[in-house]
Amino acid sequence: MTDLLNSLPLTVIGSELVLAASAMVLLMLGVFFERRNVEVVNTLALAALAFAGVLVVSMPEGRIEAFGGAFIMDGFARLMKILVLLASAVTLVLSNHFMRVEKMARFEYGVLVLLATVGMMMMISANDLISLYVGLELQSLALYVIAAFDRDNARSSEAGLKYFVLGALSSGMLLYGASLIYGTTGTTNFSAIAQALAGGEAGLGLLFGLVFLISGLAFKVSAVPFHMWTPDVYEGAPTPVTAFFAAAPKVAAMALFTRAMLAPFSTIAADWQQIIVFISIASMALGSFAAIGQRNIKRLLAYSSIGHMGFALIGLAAASPDGILGVILYMAIYMVMTLGAFACVLAMRRQHGAVENVDDLSGLARTNKLMAFVLAMLMFSLAGIPPLAGFFAKYFVFTAAIKANLVTLAVIGVITSVVGAYYYLRIVKVMYFDEPSGEFVREPGEVRFVYVLSGLFVLGFVFFARPLIAWAQSAAGSLF
Amino acid sequence: MTSWPILSLVTFLPVIGALFVLVIRGEDETALRNMRWTALFTTIITFILSLSLWVDFDRSQSGFQFLEQRAWLGAFASYRLGVDGISMPFVILTTFLMPICIIASWGVKYRLKEYMIAFLFLETMMVGVFVSLDIFLFYLFFEGGLIPMFLIIGIWGGQRRVYASFKFFLYTLLGSVLMLLAMFAMYWHTGTTDIPTLLQQSNFPVQMQMWLWLAFFASFAVKLPMWPVHTWLPDAHVEAPTAGSVVLAAILLKMGGYGFLRFSLPMFPEASEFFAPMVFALSVVAIVYTSLVALAQEDMKKLIAYSSVAHMGFVTIGIFTMTRQGIDGALFQMISHGLVSGALFLCVGVVYDRLHTREISAYGGLVNRMPFYAATFMIFTLANVGLPGTSGFVGEFLSLIGAFKASTTLAVLATTGVILSAAYALWLYRRVIFGEIARPELAHMPDMSVREMLALVPIIYFTIHFGIYPAAVLDIFSASVESLLSGLGAAGTAGLAGAASAL
Repeated sequence: MTDLLNSLPLTVIGSELVLAASAMVLLMLGVFFERRNVEVVNTLALAALAFAGVLVVSMPEGRIEAFGGAFIMDGFARLMKILVLLASAVTLVLSNHFMRVEKMARFEYGVLVLLATVGMMMMISANDLISLYVGLELQSLALYVIAAFDRDNARSSEAGLKYFVLGALSSGMLLYGASLIYGTTGTTNFSAIAQALAGGEAGLGLLFGLVFLISGLAFKVSAVPFHMWTPDVYEGAPTPVTAFFAAAPKVAAMALFTRAMLAPFSTIAADWQQIIVFISIASMALGSFAAIGQRNIKRLLAYSSIGHMGFALIGLAAASPDGILGVILYMAIYMVMTLGAFACVLAMRRQHGAVENVDDLSGLARTNKLMAFVLAMLMFSLAGIPPLAGFFAKYFVFTAAIKANLVTLAVIGVITSVVGAYYYLRIVKVMYFDEPSGEFVREPGEVRFVYVLSGLFVLGFVFFARPLIAWAQSAAGSLF
Repeated sequence: MTSWPILSLVTFLPVIGALFVLVIRGEDETALRNMRWTALFTTIITFILSLSLWVDFDRSQSGFQFLEQRAWLGAFASYRLGVDGISMPFVILTTFLMPICIIASWGVKYRLKEYMIAFLFLETMMVGVFVSLDIFLFYLFFEGGLIPMFLIIGIWGGQRRVYASFKFFLYTLLGSVLMLLAMFAMYWHTGTTDIPTLLQQSNFPVQMQMWLWLAFFASFAVKLPMWPVHTWLPDAHVEAPTAGSVVLAAILLKMGGYGFLRFSLPMFPEASEFFAPMVFALSVVAIVYTSLVALAQEDMKKLIAYSSVAHMGFVTIGIFTMTRQGIDGALFQMISHGLVSGALFLCVGVVYDRLHTREISAYGGLVNRMPFYAATFMIFTLANVGLPGTSGFVGEFLSLIGAFKASTTLAVLATTGVILSAAYALWLYRRVIFGEIARPELAHMPDMSVREMLALVPIIYFTIHFGIYPAAVLDIFSASVESLLSGLGAAGTAGLAGAASAL
């Protein structure tokens, strides 16, 4: 037993172990504590996330490999893991009140969030096609279940089922791509694949594999043309679950996407770059045009997230340290904005229950000035207007695109961002220009805390950007 | 000179004032009064502080003065401020007009707190545009101003405010984002975002210059605005509240002209020379066509808005003649138009507050009841026409001299604009002021109050002062314009020849 323990690279996988062990312990606790089990489980889950965060931060600097190179810990992984842990923790905080009021507070929720987080951490550190798949599936299975967490609600069940069926299809494609890559290179390890491709020559089999792999990954970040599930799942899933979907898994999947492209395939970058350029343009265009007609704010944010994934992919398309810096900053800023926006959506509740239409926000600037202001700033930020944080997110991906000479991509990008600005402005218009249509009930303190914090981040980013950029820069450097 | 960060103070003082407004509680009359006075004091103190720029400014120097520098985003952008002879007058113009805007907004009661905060933020953004010496900092302020202006038009605007605010925002944004991409390209090519460095080593390849010029043009042409991308302006002007129109006409439009002089001309001289004929053609169309359109307007604000587009045509002609007279004229025209068009919108605001309509046909015979108003309105109408002795004359005259040097045809065509502007402006004046009192409600209109006079008299003073003694302003420009032209050097003279043959 001790031999086994000693052989485990505890320093590297400490945070994952803590989360996985806590998930199992909490499952037991949830069953044994009959009363108040939800609060206990959620609190302990939060503590586990915090502890995992501490472990990630205290991990030694530099690049460490484990399990024969299948699992990797470097600056990039560290930063992305912190983001994911943060997003999971915030979602847990946001869920508490909603789940209680909607009478679906069950202790399994916290456990599933922890398991999904373990999967995401695994994805971020995956340096092998097998560990990639294991992480992805662990995350996805947990997500399928919590999408359908409101089990008596047809919409929620539909969301879960739809997500499951389409997700299984995409996993299949990904596996097929992985098998082709293994078939042509003879290895599943990213570093070994990179060595096999050192000549920069990619055979037809490998290219097929690459396309299937990208399709599977594009599904996970909900990039066009693999985005179809996103609006329905976002709309159908309970709002805190949607907030979770929009933040943590997106960060993890984008990190996985980045590593899975750069680590093994950097010598044949030209082959996959054009695919990324295409899905990036398609996502930005669809994200900005399709959101215009949306009335439901969750659906609108779903299209918005599709568009934002397109913007983040611009950085990946550049395939340079500047580009990856752009991806990291984009995902970090996007995550904070989206969590803030969903906190505001959670605060949309009248006496008779939660409301989700954009028009329900009308006149909010008169009835709840603070929330209206924060949401307006988040919307301007999502639209990419300076001096808010969202502008800097776009700034870094576009500057990388121009440097990599992807001018067409950048021009299309900025034009779609102007189109996208229209629907963000519409939300501001509803809140500020229209007459009030009734007040929301007072939102719980933790929800207000989250959106205020997110608003402060968006407004203040311009002042404290420098250390964050330096951190992201060193993280981006660790991939090259 | 001064060791304390005067430019940062002038730029960010309004935000501090806005924070004070923010903490005032309540909706009662006392609270509203406190908000108004806080905003007014803030803008007046900002103006007084900015006057020290005017006093301490070394007029013999062509470089940037009052420099400030702080690290900000590492290699990507830094916080650098400074003014030269081209930007300093615009800073003063902004800080001078803001207290007047606050006074003109004394009657606003609806959501006053947000109103004052929006205006104070807008002032910071506008001053920031003129003082920033880093292209990304410039962009930050340039576009950041959209947010408060969008809210000002959308919340306190007229009937079609939502349409106007969206149009304003999206038009301007579309132009700016292309400029942002051009800025990235400049950064990767030169490795710096510092404006003075970029001004000195503007060695972009010609092919690249063309694209960069077009991208900047997209932004500034919309902002200025030039025909045919001017259509957002009449809508925005008509729907914006009085003070919003003043700020739009007097300052936001000037950012376009300022941008041409700060970026397009010195950084892309060959491209400017190449595109000058196109700019001339668009400007002439703007002058003639929008003047004719102005003649046909039924709405006072819309008429003045179209007249602004026509007057901005003189500015673009002056800038792209690349002559001393032309550029001096363009700069003077911008300052003068800032005063005059701002004042004209205030004049419309005066009668709008009384009758709540901007229809020209609703008025008539105002001179019988409002002699002071008639006199004030007359001064600004004549200044708008360009009567010698008012500031409007100097700008148009100098730009036309520049245009004449560039091409006679251009000058002839542009001069028709002066005649047309006399036609629409005087006709407007006749219809509104002269004649019999047409409708009973006009018979009881009180003349201008002390508050309204307080807003307009300073502008009257400067309009006439600058008209009689233009050197007061021209002296400030001279060193910087001189160095701008010497930088253009041979390119400038070659450009003239090219422009002349093209027209």
